[in-house]
Amino acid sequence: MNSELKQLEKSIEKIVDIARGFGLDFYPMRFEICPAEIIYTFGAYGMPARFTHWSFGKAYHKLKMQYDFNLSRIYEMVINSNPCYAFLLEGNSLVQNKLVIAHVIAHCDFFKNNAWFRNTNRNMLESMSIAAQRFRSYELRYGREKVEHFLDAALALMQHINPHYTVKGSGPQVKNCCHKPETPYDDLWEMDKKKGCSCGIGCHSKINRFPGKPERDLMLFLMQHARELEEWQRDIISVLRDEMLYFWPQMQTKIMNEGWASYWHVRIMRELDLDESETVEFAKMHGGVIQPSSKSINPYYLGLKIFEDIEKRWDKPTREEKEKYDRRGGEGREKIFEVRSNDNDVSFIRNYLTKELAEKLDLYLFRKVGNDYKITDTDYIKVKEGLIKNLTNCGVPYIVVEDGDYKKRGELYLKHRYEGLELDVVHLEKTLPHVYLIWGRPVHLETKMDEKPVLFSYDGESILKKFL
Amino acid sequence: MADKNYIISREDWSLHRKGELDQQRHREKVREAIKKNLADIITEESIIMSDGKKVTRVPIRSLEEYRFRHNYRNQKHVGSGKGGSKVGDVIGSAPSAGGPGKGRGAGNEPGVDYYEAEVSMEELSEMVFENLKLPDLKDRQSKKMASETIEFRDIRKKSLQGNIDRKRTLLEVLKRNARDGNPGVHGIKPEDIRYKTWDTTYKYESAAVVIAMLDTSGSMGPFEKYIARSFFFWMVQFLRSKYQQVDMVFLAHHTEAKEVSEEEFFTKGESGGTRCSSVYELALKLIEKRYNPSDYNIYAFHFTDGDNLSSDNERCVRLVKKLLSYCNLVGYGEIEGPYYYASTLKNAYKIIDDPKFTVVSIRDKNGVYPALKAFFSDKREDGTVG
Repeated sequence: MNSELKQLEKSIEKIVDIARGFGLDFYPMRFEICPAEIIYTFGAYGMPARFTHWSFGKAYHKLKMQYDFNLSRIYEMVINSNPCYAFLLEGNSLVQNKLVIAHVIAHCDFFKNNAWFRNTNRNMLESMSIAAQRFRSYELRYGREKVEHFLDAALALMQHINPHYTVKGSGPQVKNCCHKPETPYDDLWEMDKKKGCSCGIGCHSKINRFPGKPERDLMLFLMQHARELEEWQRDIISVLRDEMLYFWPQMQTKIMNEGWASYWHVRIMRELDLDESETVEFAKMHGGVIQPSSKSINPYYLGLKIFEDIEKRWDKPTREEKEKYDRRGGEGREKIFEVRSNDNDVSFIRNYLTKELAEKLDLYLFRKVGNDYKITDTDYIKVKEGLIKNLTNCGVPYIVVEDGDYKKRGELYLKHRYEGLELDVVHLEKTLPHVYLIWGRPVHLETKMDEKPVLFSYDGESILKKFL
Repeated sequence: MADKNYIISREDWSLHRKGELDQQRHREKVREAIKKNLADIITEESIIMSDGKKVTRVPIRSLEEYRFRHNYRNQKHVGSGKGGSKVGDVIGSAPSAGGPGKGRGAGNEPGVDYYEAEVSMEELSEMVFENLKLPDLKDRQSKKMASETIEFRDIRKKSLQGNIDRKRTLLEVLKRNARDGNPGVHGIKPEDIRYKTWDTTYKYESAAVVIAMLDTSGSMGPFEKYIARSFFFWMVQFLRSKYQQVDMVFLAHHTEAKEVSEEEFFTKGESGGTRCSSVYELALKLIEKRYNPSDYNIYAFHFTDGDNLSSDNERCVRLVKKLLSYCNLVGYGEIEGPYYYASTLKNAYKIIDDPKFTVVSIRDKNGVYPALKAFFSDKREDGTVG
């Protein structure tokens, strides 16, 4: 081991001790120093060893170019796994690495303790790499073009899952009749029974709807009910769905997670004995990371500010807070640990972004007017609502399967739960054919345009738009 | 230490090429998409107006990753200011080129409308020219001797270190070792080393001139000019790949013809009637004065909407025949604009039977590529493109 690595190891030891002292609770850490190409590959794929697809190549190219032109830099990449893998960019200075290590340890604490991560697969690295091998074998067996084509379609719909299905007992209702399956093998015994009410026991209530309740997990629905799919195609959908279930908590807690990690890297770095030039370098890097942006939310900045504000308000409550909420004071640390365990971005913003803080951070809503971006609201309530709206469902349109046997012809009827944000029509019209490819029969999507309900249909040849 | 629960390591990643491989696949798809849409892409304004820039951006709609998403344009986004922001403040304007900077992921960035791929002009030209050929015509040009050039075509035992010929050197090693009874590549000795050396030769240059003729009468609108411009742009690009030097002269005409600058050629509109023979006369004059057919490969192209004075048609036919005796190719392109009616000039040209003469008609932007193919192909078909 060379001297640079030894020095780094010493720093890690110190940082780990300090982090433990602060009460951070994390998995065993595996640090790995990687060249830029590798870090950027991981960045583009979201994980090391994920399956191959051209869209990742496109993302990689973009990231790598920004790095080559010195426009952006990924200092680290950390994986939610046990043990926790963290990749450090080769060429980071020692101070940069110290900050990154402190940051990454706090991320790991978050992965381990935040409630939304409780059911994530901590062996995802292995699962993904095994799936990648399977996909590769599909390419060999069925042809690259065919697999790629199917992946194009499945990736387009990947975000439409129900993240709550990871919670035990909350899965979809498979049967829609009075008969409840008694053993997990019931469906096997009933395979050669007559169709109709699929339970075959002769139910009194007829099935009027399929699915019984509108189904939010489009991926699961397609995997279970698309009739034309081959086994390998079902496998691809299933793998992508698992990946999304794994990534979802990260998407759902971006602001909190980055805020939490930034909060701790500052505190940990303060405990280290940095000399003058190291302090300046640290301050510069930290300043860069939490720089607010006029045209988007910097999650590092917003998250950090909210956590610090919570700490302050629970440490030194105002008289009103003392009387109204019975806050004793001095409970700041305890409170932020509690928040990191229980909240996600939406509840974090809803519960803890105060009027005073929003005004201090000068938050506003803006939109495109002509060719300009113009501020439209600065009112606290509106800004908060706007922010929550954009974060809801991780910014993905909420779409449910309304009817899997539309017009009694096995057509698929999807419904967009419109809540004030219209869909992008160009994208919508190009995505419906992807759904068709998987479903194998005509597909429909109901949404709203200009406050009027409208139905888009695709029958394998052309898109039809119809106001309802 | 008792519970060391961290490890730091550094591995050899040099064989990890996943990102590059998928990037390569992406590039393949970009190429496929460009090839499929060449007819559409080659008339993109960003290219035609680029003045032959090295790299250009072309929209590739099929490589956007489409999904159900919100309409970012109408969506309100959140930002944070430096304090004191008010309703109505403008915080920036939409970038004209290039996507949003960093930060992928849902809902944070005002989206881009479609994916733009960067291609080098060279790559794009290569694809465009793949199906184009200089018509196989008699080569009647006496070649002009031009610049001195060097060519590596000699091998010596002594020369500059930078010019070592590795292959020949290794061959010498092999031979020597074989002679010594111990075959194989080992022990390179100074006497084995071979160098590449150059000779001075002369390079023959060929030159071409494009005589671009355009009808600028009242009936030729911006659309017609854009079509002509796109066509000439690619024609010059193509000829540049075949000849060292390509000149262009621009002749504009209505009832009279004159030589104009490139800018005037494509922007200036005139009114009045059309007499096409005027421009042919001017072209012939120019050939006599400046572009001797024995020195230049001459390509003459005339774009018009075909709305010519009928009394002039006969004269046109005669002049075109004369042009044909000097030129490698004479092309006549008729742009069918909104005021198009069955033209008489195109009909008049039906009697000209010469493999060097091509007539095309272009109806829309997508017709430019087929027109290029019609002009530059070995087979001299009737050439009408629709």
